[in-house]
Amino acid sequence: MKTKNIMIVGVGGQGSLLASKLLGKLLLTRGYDVKVSEVHGMSQRGGSVVTYVRYGERVCSPVIDEGEADFIVSFELLEAARWTKFLRPGGKIVTNTQNINPMPVITGAAEYPAELVKKMEEAGIDVDAFDALSLAEKAGSSKAVNLVLMGRLSKYFDFSEAEWMQAIDASVPAKFKEMNERAFALGADA
Amino acid sequence: MKQLMLGNEAVARGLYEAGCAFVSSYPGTPSTEITECAAKYPEIYAEWAPNEKVAIEAAFGAAMGGKRSFCGMKHVGLNVAADPLFTIAYTGINAGLIVGVADDAGMHSSQNEQDSRNYAKAAKVPMLEPSDSAEGLAFAKLAYEISEQFDTPVLLKMCTRVAHSQSIVEPAGRVEVSQKPYVKDPPKYIMMPGFAKKRHPVVEARLQALAEYAETAPCNRWERGTERKLGIITSSTCYQYVREVCGEDVSVLKLGMIWPLPKRLLTDFAASVDRVVVVEELDGFVEDYCKTIGLQVEGKNLFSNIDELSQNKVAAGLGLPVPEGKALDAAIPARPPVMCAGCPHRGLYYTLKKLKLNVIGDIGCYTLGAVAPLNAVDSVICMGASVSGIHGFNKAHNGATEKNTVAVIGDSTFMHSGMTGLVNIAYNDSHSTVIILDNSITGMTGHQQNPTTGFNLKGDPAAKVDLEALCRALGINRVRVVDPYDLAQCETAIKEELAADEASVIISRRPCALLKYVKHKPPLHVDSDKCKSCKMCMQIGCPAISFTDGKAKIDNTLCTGCGVCRQLCKFGALQED
Repeated sequence: MKTKNIMIVGVGGQGSLLASKLLGKLLLTRGYDVKVSEVHGMSQRGGSVVTYVRYGERVCSPVIDEGEADFIVSFELLEAARWTKFLRPGGKIVTNTQNINPMPVITGAAEYPAELVKKMEEAGIDVDAFDALSLAEKAGSSKAVNLVLMGRLSKYFDFSEAEWMQAIDASVPAKFKEMNERAFALGADA
Repeated sequence: MKQLMLGNEAVARGLYEAGCAFVSSYPGTPSTEITECAAKYPEIYAEWAPNEKVAIEAAFGAAMGGKRSFCGMKHVGLNVAADPLFTIAYTGINAGLIVGVADDAGMHSSQNEQDSRNYAKAAKVPMLEPSDSAEGLAFAKLAYEISEQFDTPVLLKMCTRVAHSQSIVEPAGRVEVSQKPYVKDPPKYIMMPGFAKKRHPVVEARLQALAEYAETAPCNRWERGTERKLGIITSSTCYQYVREVCGEDVSVLKLGMIWPLPKRLLTDFAASVDRVVVVEELDGFVEDYCKTIGLQVEGKNLFSNIDELSQNKVAAGLGLPVPEGKALDAAIPARPPVMCAGCPHRGLYYTLKKLKLNVIGDIGCYTLGAVAPLNAVDSVICMGASVSGIHGFNKAHNGATEKNTVAVIGDSTFMHSGMTGLVNIAYNDSHSTVIILDNSITGMTGHQQNPTTGFNLKGDPAAKVDLEALCRALGINRVRVVDPYDLAQCETAIKEELAADEASVIISRRPCALLKYVKHKPPLHVDSDKCKSCKMCMQIGCPAISFTDGKAKIDNTLCTGCGVCRQLCKFGALQED
């Protein structure tokens, strides 16, 4: 099979590393070759962050390049818009509609673009945009956005619920397990 | 059992399996996790040293003492460790010694993009270069075999994409290696001219032997293609990009050992194909070598020596189809990294900006004081350069800038190489003002302990350097401590120390707001009636403050209640609960 590409993008500190860890474990149990590329260091400090998850028979490059992503999972709307160039034709963006102002917007040097979902749709991009933050809060914590997004993503994959749950249990601390499972279920039902 | 492992974690696993018993390193992205992961094995003694020079010297001492040793650093750290490295190449080792160095092509978290392969050539030591986690593990073990077989330190070179990617590894058990006896051997270990002159020929002969080893070493792999029109010589993460875009028809010479290079193997490979292309990041290191031995190869005519490569860049260079994506037709504002909400550096930097000072900066989270809206830093070069630099800057102005210039340096960076610069200030008498931003941790690389924190790498209590006493002992009489959350106190202290006719040190002390033990206050709230939209609170670049409908707004999930913004508001609109 051709290597499949999932990009996870967001703002440093939003928890995208957990999402990629979870996907890595899930894909490994299916017997795929898997590579997950992470971001460490300076760009973690509230900057734009991107994590690459690739799987298939033999995965070579650890990164995803422009025009290659089957899925872009975004924790924040502006970040979804930033990385559209990496989507392959026919790829899909799954995004939280939450807005987090970057520093140039906070200082007034730039504006947060309006109607980004509409703009993406008009550009012919397949976008699944929803309010993951509210669902995370409903599940018990704003920090559970990552699991809500994973739940939403699960709709586009043929993994069983048991397989997802196994990967969640292997990725999150036991004391947050129930809350994360709740967040995943809310995302999957949304 | 197969598992996903970060490249750096896999190297640590390789060290463990090979019986490594001693690790001394200084943290630096993208190398840090090798040492953090090694420290989790009880069989390995692991420590953070104050800098890379100390680390490699400690690791050499342990190797001479008979234990397999390792020291890790980022590419620029190898500059600091270069002095001992070049001479350890002469003495050789006793038990195996690996020097791990992680390059950062693309400068994700670095101040330059130097290519460490040049050090292997210059220091005349072998260098291995893994291309994924499985090789990270395997090459760490191989490096010890080479080290002991040839009596040499071995460089193990990572890069960001190998260090910070997870791929599949199959860990094995640890093989304990008994400690080698230490035998006194002055001609081998004392590098004074008489002995060193006898060691240099040993180094050259060893390099020849290593080059011969490289000809048939299994880590240099010839993947034969079905056609002879194109052959590619590559290594590291570039090998992965090549394999991503080239089919089975292309021959690939995948180099695991990047120095010394196998002359005959390269020549035979080049003769087997019509066209040879070297695909490598940054310098044309392998390409230049191929040309010196008379091979016709291409490389940097197709691929830039600036920035990292990727599969699309490799495809473009080879004239293959490149996938294209659609950028959105909208102005997307950049999202640069910022100081966190509650960061203790923010208040201090605000004061420096307000006083319109020259600020000689240094390496750490506080480098972010250079970006908008603070824009409060004049220069950043390398670890320790602030303290040394301000002295020269002030001397160049015959002291005139002593009243409007400060150096800023973090606690860990001061321990690394700021102390010697401070000695120079005291000894050669400039009336410089140095501010130590003591946030009680090594922040930027992800919270490592250092000699000022009172804890060691394993998390156990350790001797704690008393910064005030240290600065006094180094010859600075004026040493005072301020709380960076207290803007008035900071301003007074900075003004007084700049005015003083002698050198001074101000220690701005407040632990990093992200440390688990730091208790945050309740978030502030905005009294909208009192907010006059003056935007004074926006001048500190706090990610928790924004403007909505013309009024300041606090993000409750981010605000730590530090109160720096409250001190800026003349109308009392920002209030504590």
